[in-house]
Amino acid sequence: MLDPTHADDSALRAAASQPLIRRRRPLQWIATIVIAVIAVQAVVLLAANPAFQWDVVGAYLFDGKVLDGLWLTVWLTFVVFALSVVLGTLITVLRMSPIPALQALAWTYVWFFRSVPLLVQLVFWFNIGYLFPIIGVGLPFLPPFIEIESRNLVSSVGVAIIALTLHEAAYAAEVVRGGLLSVPPGQREAAKAIGLGAPRTFVRIILPQALRAMLPPMGSMLIGILKATSLVSTIAIADLMSAVSAIYNRTFEVVPLLVVATAWYLVLTSALSALQWYIERRVGRGFVRRGTRTVRTPKIRVPEGAL
Amino acid sequence: MATPAPVQEAFLRFVNVSKSYGPTTVLRGIDLEVARGECVVIIGPSGSGKSTLLRCVNQLETIDGGAVVIDGVPAGYELRGGRLRELSRRAIDRQRSHTGMVFQHFNLFPHLTALQNVAEGPRGARGLSRAEAERIASEQLALVGLAERADAYPSELSGGQQQRVAIARALAVEPSIMLFDEPTSALDPELVDEVLAVMRSLADAGMTMLVVTHEMGFARSVADRIVFMDAGEILEVGTPDEVLEHPTHDRAREFLARVRD
Repeated sequence: MLDPTHADDSALRAAASQPLIRRRRPLQWIATIVIAVIAVQAVVLLAANPAFQWDVVGAYLFDGKVLDGLWLTVWLTFVVFALSVVLGTLITVLRMSPIPALQALAWTYVWFFRSVPLLVQLVFWFNIGYLFPIIGVGLPFLPPFIEIESRNLVSSVGVAIIALTLHEAAYAAEVVRGGLLSVPPGQREAAKAIGLGAPRTFVRIILPQALRAMLPPMGSMLIGILKATSLVSTIAIADLMSAVSAIYNRTFEVVPLLVVATAWYLVLTSALSALQWYIERRVGRGFVRRGTRTVRTPKIRVPEGAL
Repeated sequence: MATPAPVQEAFLRFVNVSKSYGPTTVLRGIDLEVARGECVVIIGPSGSGKSTLLRCVNQLETIDGGAVVIDGVPAGYELRGGRLRELSRRAIDRQRSHTGMVFQHFNLFPHLTALQNVAEGPRGARGLSRAEAERIASEQLALVGLAERADAYPSELSGGQQQRVAIARALAVEPSIMLFDEPTSALDPELVDEVLAVMRSLADAGMTMLVVTHEMGFARSVADRIVFMDAGEILEVGTPDEVLEHPTHDRAREFLARVRD
């Protein structure tokens, strides 16, 4: 069978020497224009709506109370994140241990603290004094060595840290576990085969690779914690959300102050996203190809001290 | 079953080794002896237990019965009071560094360069300094012809190069026996020879080797003895000529007819 172009070889050759004509893609342009129009309208709608009271937004954006609240939100986020990663890792270690009792403990933890809404947990811990008015330290079935009234034990910020951490650790445990499971079993075997012990295998071989899979959900978790801290306004802690609500309860300028909070949450979230992007790039060693594969002229460079 | 020729110096011995996964028996009372410096190639259909047998030597698999004895020492157990008692995990880790293993899918550490991959064993298992470990690693890379790719990450190497790095990594802990688990099965055909060449020179240098492979040409020209396994049993043991040209079992004949074309 003859291809139609085959019959007229000279015409094909002549055409092939000319630049190729790409297909037009009008939909791309239409979509771009439509989106641009919608975007402009949205901006106009926001800017022109007097209910937003942009002057009030401007006045309170850098208000001292708001900035104090912002600072508390920031450090509370990082403290809770750090503690929940540590606790979550510990829970994962239990979950992946060969001892069934420890596995069950870890499973129960994740089950419980992931099941109860954070707001419920916060209020519950805030009121722990009703349930256990006195907390003692001692051995089982023996009188305690130390007894403390629980309402004197921790401040309300302490309560917030405990409640948020216990809740988020359940998620962190799942993130860490997912990361560890993402490392192919061949890696563990290869490490065993060259005689590496369990601790070194974990630190040098498994963790760096697991980290890569853990980072995106960790980033989401960090942003989730940032937003979850706004719930602590319910237990009288002066975070960003409490600061703005304290102001609008007084001035009734609810919308502009919510815009202030929104703006700061957006700024913080953007900063965290940038941080995540940067860390992901650093951990991508060996995964992101530096050049094309296989047949590449090798750059000859023997590391110092290797010879 | 062809009786194995008496071996003067059995370096590796399988004594009545058995293993099952749940109801499936994968090894049925394996007896085999490998002399020091010998290269033994294991062939057989997939699922015959070849890889499992290999993985019992460096204890990536545990055995259910019998014993694997390397240089007179039972692997994973100690003989005490007339019984074999399980060793601690640490002792097992130590034993593993006396064997080197090369995997079908290389299993290089993707986040480490070729040099770091090879240096990891000397550093982590033998406790050498970083400089010393890297010196050994570059020597080993040079031996497999990859000195100039020391800084490349595995993803930047061809399959053949990756497998050669994996061989260098296994050799860097100075093992007394090398285990190869289908080392060329995952390679493009044109890359197979470079890996086989490295293995051949290793055998020529007197390394004790246990090789699971489907490369009949390699088996014929390099193996001192060939073992044919099927359904968890050793059916044939002998020189390449004995096993490949004059198999005594029908199942071996059928298998060889299939892989020969």
